[in-house]
Amino acid sequence: MSLFKVLDISGTGMHAQTVRLNTIASNMANVDSVSSNKDETYRSKQPVFQTILEGNMNEPAMGVRVKEIVESQAPLKMEYNPNHPMANEEGYIFRPNVDINEEMANMLSASRSYETNIEVMNTSKQLLLRTIQLGK
Amino acid sequence: MAESIFGIHERALQVRTMRGEVLASNLANADTPNYKARDVDFRQALRAESDKFAKDSLPMAHTSGRHMTGDALLNTQDFLKYRMPTQPSLDGNTVEAHIEKAQYMENAMQHQATLEFIDSKIQGIRGALKGE
Repeated sequence: MSLFKVLDISGTGMHAQTVRLNTIASNMANVDSVSSNKDETYRSKQPVFQTILEGNMNEPAMGVRVKEIVESQAPLKMEYNPNHPMANEEGYIFRPNVDINEEMANMLSASRSYETNIEVMNTSKQLLLRTIQLGK
Repeated sequence: MAESIFGIHERALQVRTMRGEVLASNLANADTPNYKARDVDFRQALRAESDKFAKDSLPMAHTSGRHMTGDALLNTQDFLKYRMPTQPSLDGNTVEAHIEKAQYMENAMQHQATLEFIDSKIQGIRGALKGE
């Protein structure tokens, strides 16, 4: 019964969105992690999604997975703050390149997509139940 | 035997299920860069199936008298089309969640209707068997 496949596909969608939510949470949590040099500063992490092809291009329905998590190349925020305990010799501290507004928008998008996948699953579940009850 | 009882509805159910799968995968890939949304041309798929049904079978082409005869099977994949986006996005993804959701809902309703038809067929046969 291939309606079960819909559940698998939506499951992969939900998983991918959970990973996205996780990276967003990590970015938000680290928004104030300051450090004294460029290399140690936290950089915003963004997941890249990819369709699961599984070597079969003829298969019409495909799930999704997280291909990789890339670090944002946006410039870090350099701040002159000689009194800060983490300040380097020149008196600078580095703040992560996390954009709170962008993360909030991403979070909303991720939760909406997650909901959509749940709705698809619910509908399939109802159809499956009705199929099981055929002829009763 | 089963085909003669349920007629076109059995095929319709298969196509509906397949379409549900395709639409679910569109929705799952709503955030995948460069993913192109697809859909099943249901009308065309069902027409092909009903033609086949009317003729009872679609014979396989044979080029020699010694070839065995058989029925060619049409696949739902043959009716897969790419959706034209109304508002193209920057990352090349053509999934528009509202359209896909509406289509999925429509497909689910039609799926239910098909199940209803099959169910009433079963009820009819059951009634005939009981002699009520």
